[in-house]
Amino acid sequence: MAYVAVKGGERAIDSAHAWLAQARRGDQSVPEIGVAQIEGQLGRAVDRVMAEGSLYDRGLAALAVKQAQGDLIEAAFLLRAYRSTLPRLGSSLPLDTGAMRPLRRISAVFKDLPGGQMLGPTTDYTHRLLDFSLAAEGHPPAAPEAAAEHAPIPRVHDVLGEEGLIEPDGGGEAEPGDLTRQPLRFPAARDLRLQALARGDEGFLLSLGYSTQRGYGNNHPFVGEIRLGEVAIEIVPPELGFPIEIGDVIVTECQMINQFAGSKTMAPRFTRGYGLAFGQGERRAMAMALVDRGLRAEELGEDATAPAQDAEFVLSHCDNIEATGFVEHLKLPHYVDFQSELETLRRIRAEAEG
Amino acid sequence: MTEGYNFAYLDEQTKRMIRRALLKAVAIPGHQIPFGGREMPLPYGWGTGGIQVTAAILGADDVLKVIDQGADDTTNAVSIRRFFARTAGVRATTRTAEASVIQTRHRIPEQTLREDQIMVYQVPLPEPLAKLEPSRTEARKMHALAEYGAMHVKLYEDITRYGHVSISYDYPVMVNGRHLMSPSPIPAFDNPKLHMSPALQLFGAGREKRLYAVPPWTSVRSLDFEDHPFRATRAPHACGLCGAADSYLDEVVTDDRGGRLFCCSDTDYCERRREAAAAR
Repeated sequence: MAYVAVKGGERAIDSAHAWLAQARRGDQSVPEIGVAQIEGQLGRAVDRVMAEGSLYDRGLAALAVKQAQGDLIEAAFLLRAYRSTLPRLGSSLPLDTGAMRPLRRISAVFKDLPGGQMLGPTTDYTHRLLDFSLAAEGHPPAAPEAAAEHAPIPRVHDVLGEEGLIEPDGGGEAEPGDLTRQPLRFPAARDLRLQALARGDEGFLLSLGYSTQRGYGNNHPFVGEIRLGEVAIEIVPPELGFPIEIGDVIVTECQMINQFAGSKTMAPRFTRGYGLAFGQGERRAMAMALVDRGLRAEELGEDATAPAQDAEFVLSHCDNIEATGFVEHLKLPHYVDFQSELETLRRIRAEAEG
Repeated sequence: MTEGYNFAYLDEQTKRMIRRALLKAVAIPGHQIPFGGREMPLPYGWGTGGIQVTAAILGADDVLKVIDQGADDTTNAVSIRRFFARTAGVRATTRTAEASVIQTRHRIPEQTLREDQIMVYQVPLPEPLAKLEPSRTEARKMHALAEYGAMHVKLYEDITRYGHVSISYDYPVMVNGRHLMSPSPIPAFDNPKLHMSPALQLFGAGREKRLYAVPPWTSVRSLDFEDHPFRATRAPHACGLCGAADSYLDEVVTDDRGGRLFCCSDTDYCERRREAAAAR
C-alpha cells in the first residue's frame, strides 16, 4: 500500500463515521430494522428514493433508506452514486402504459368510462386521524377481493383523441437523450425535460406545480387520468430483432388535460401535461405533469412569464442531489475567502474613517 | 485499493470523455467546455469537478497532493486524498515540490510551480458573469461576443462607491486576452500566480458540468483600469509561526479578548520555512 499522508483530520473523520454508525443503529435493546421491512412497510419512501435516485431497485432503495437513517434525499444520493457506476446496456422500447393492468385508475373528467374508476390502495378518503392501533402491532383485516379483469383498460386520451379534441402522443421514435451522460443544454427538448422532472425533487415540483394553479403560468388543468400498476419493460436485442420482456416495473402515470386557445394554424384543442413516477408516487406524477405543461409554454406560443415556464430555471434547480450539495457545501471551510473579505472590509472602513 | 471499481473510480470511457473535453479546454484557454459530469460518491460542492478531472488524468506513477484552504490536513482534503488512495492507490504527499498533480480548493501554493506539475482546481460556479446575468444561455452569448462591459461597469461602480474594487476572492480574470474566467474562489492575492504559470492549470465544475483550462505560459490578467490597477492584498502581518511576510495568512482567533494569530494558509510552505530555519 502506498504511503498516504496522515494528519489529525483523518482520525476525526474515522471517529465521526463510527459515531454515525452507532447513532444509525440507535437503542440496541430495540430490534434492528430490516431492509425487507423498509421495502415492504415504508413503500412510499422506497418509491420516492427510486424516483429521485433514478434507479428502479426496491431492495437497494430500501438499503439506502436504512443507511441514510430515513433521510430520503441522502438515500437518493446513495442510489445515484451507485447508479453512476452501472453500464448502459441499451434503451428499452417506450412503456405501453395502455397495456397496464392497473392497481388504481381514476379519471376526473368522466364520471364513468371504459374500464371504470378504480380507487386502489389510496389514502385519498382516509380521515387523517392518528391510528393508535398501529402502535400495537397486529394484522390488518383482510381486504375484499374481486375477480381480476384481464382486458387492458384504454387510456382516457385515446378515448378523447378519436374526436381530435386533444393533441396526440408525441413521437417516440428517436432515441431519447440522457442528461446523466450528456450535459443539459438549453433550449432542452421535451425528452430531456421529462427526464429531469422525473428525477427532480418532489417538493420542488410540488411547489412549482402549485404555483401554476395559483396564477403563475396558469394552464387550467384537469386530471384526465391517473393510473398505477405494473408495466412490462421490453427491449429489442440486435441479435433477435424482435422485442422481449426483461421485467416489470410499477409506475404511476398522470395525464393532465389543459386548455389551449389555438393559433392561426391550429384549431383550439386540449393539450397535455405528462407525469410518470417509479412506484406509487401520485403527488410527484401530478406535480410533474403540471410543470411539464408549464414548460411547454414556448412551444405552444404562450407568454412564458412565470417561474414554472422557464426551462432553464426549473431544470437547473429541480435536482435535489445537486441542490443539497451546493447548499450544504457552505459548511465546508471558507476561511481563506472570509479572510480576504475581512481584509477588504477593514481597508474600506479605514479609508472611510481616515 | 477498493475492489470492484476501476482505477481512480471512473470507467475508462468516462475518463476518455473528460480528457477530450480537457483537450478542447486547453485549446481555447479560459473557455468553458460542457462535459457529461458523472454522479460521484462525494456530494456536489465537495469538489466533484476537481475529483473527476484528477481521476481522468491520474496515472499510477503520479504523486498527488490535495489541499483545501491551502492546507493538507483540512477534513475535505483528507477525504479526497483518501478517495484516491482507496480507488487508485497512488502515492500522496503534502510537499508541493514532490507532487505531480495538485488538487486544490480556494488556494494556489506559495511555491512557484514547475512545467511537470498540473494544478486541478475545484470550481463551484464556473460562470464569471453569473452574478450579473443568472441565465447561462445569456451568459454564453456574452462570452461568444466578448461582451464583458457589464463586468467593467460592476468594477467601476465598486470604485465609485468604495474607492476600489470590493471583490476579494473569485476575482474575474481575462485569459489569453479573450475569455473572461472565474479563477475559482481563490483569494485575489493568488490571481497573479495564474499568469504565465509554468504548470498546466485545469478547472473542474462538477455540478455545473463545465471544464476549463489555462495552458502553461498563458496570459491571465485580473480585470482592472489603468488608473485603478489590480492590487493583491493580504493581512498586513508576518506569519506568527515561520515569519513569512509574503504569504497569504489565515487569521486564527486565540481568545475572546481580540487575540489573533496570523499564520500561513499554505501549511507546506510554512513547514518548509520552519524546517529551514531550524536547520540553520
